[in-house]
Amino acid sequence: MATVAVDTKTSSGDDPLQLGNHVLASRLVVGTGKYDTLELMQQSLEAARTRCVTVAVRRERLYDARGKNILDYLDPQRYLLLPNTAGCYTAQDALRTARMGREILSGLENPGADWVKLEVLGDSKTLLPDPVGTLEATVQLVAEGFQVLCYTNDDPVTARRLKEAGATAVMPAGSPIGSGQGILNPNNIRIILEYLKANDPNYPVIVDAGVGTASDVAMAMELGVDGVLLNTAIAAAEDPVLMAHAMHHAICAGRQAYLAGRIPKRLYATASSPAEGAIGRRPR
Amino acid sequence: MRLSINGEDRDFDGALSIRDLLGQLELASQQVAVEVNLELIPRDQHERYELGEGDSLEIVTLAGGG
Repeated sequence: MATVAVDTKTSSGDDPLQLGNHVLASRLVVGTGKYDTLELMQQSLEAARTRCVTVAVRRERLYDARGKNILDYLDPQRYLLLPNTAGCYTAQDALRTARMGREILSGLENPGADWVKLEVLGDSKTLLPDPVGTLEATVQLVAEGFQVLCYTNDDPVTARRLKEAGATAVMPAGSPIGSGQGILNPNNIRIILEYLKANDPNYPVIVDAGVGTASDVAMAMELGVDGVLLNTAIAAAEDPVLMAHAMHHAICAGRQAYLAGRIPKRLYATASSPAEGAIGRRPR
Repeated sequence: MRLSINGEDRDFDGALSIRDLLGQLELASQQVAVEVNLELIPRDQHERYELGEGDSLEIVTLAGGG
C-alpha cells in the first residue's frame, strides 16, 4: 500500500500530530465540502498546508452536475484521506458508510482506508451527534479493525465513554457544524482534555466543527487540543484561499502559545516597567 | 432483469455480474464501492458476483465533505 510522505516536524515547529498509526505534519484537518469549484478547493487546501482532508461517501453520479470526481482533484500521495459518515442518522447507516469508504480508499491505495471519521447525527436541524448511536457504532467499527475518530458533543462523560470504547481520537464540536459560533464551552473542552489525557498525555483530542474564523482555531489550540478539523469556515468565507492561509497561521500561533505557557489571568495590573526610580509621587 | 440502483429502477438484458454492470454504467471500478441488498461486495468479488432479479444496489464514490 502506498504511503503519504511523512514529515518529522510540523509547520508550527513541534512534534507532528500522531493519530492512530498516522503521523501528520499539520495539526489542521480540512473538509472538502461546499467549495464553489473543485479548483478553489484545491487552492484552499494548499494554502491551509494541511496533510489530511475529510471526504464524504455519496451515491455515484449525484455529486457534481458536471460529472467531475473529487478524486481527480486530490492527490492521494499528498493528502491522507479521512472518509466520514456524515449524513448518517443511525449506527447501522454509519457502519455501512464506513465500510464503503474503506472499500473505495483500498482501491485508491490510500492509507486512509484504515480509519474513519464517525458521525452519527441526532437531528437534522442542529446536526448534533447522537451519543448512543455514536458509541454503538464505535464499538462495532473498532471490532472490525477501523481506527475510529469520533465526532461528538463537548460532553466530557460521553468523550470518556468513547475513548473507553476504543476510539483512536475523540473530536468534540466547538459548536454546531457549520454554525461558525466558535468554541462555546471552553471549560468542557478543558475537562475533556483533563479526563482523556490524565494517564495518557498523547491521546488525541481534536476540535471538530463550529469554527468561524482564525481566532477560534487559535483559542482551541491554546486550550491544548491536538488539532482542529474544519470545513465551512474556509469553504464559505468570502475569500477561501486567504482564510485558509489565516487558519494555517492560527494553528501555528495557538499551538506555539500553548507550548509556551501563557501567563495567568489576574484581576489587577502588574507594571511592566520598574516602580523603583520613577520620579514624582505614587498615589496610594 | 430489473435492478434498483441508488434508489432508481433500471432494466438490463441477460445475466450480469457487478463488473459487467459497472462497465455498462461507465464507472471506474477503483473509485466506487458496491453494496447489494445492504451487503458490501468487495472489489475482488465483482467479476464472479452474478446479480439477480430485484437486487437493490448502492453504488457510491467519494464526494466533498467535512
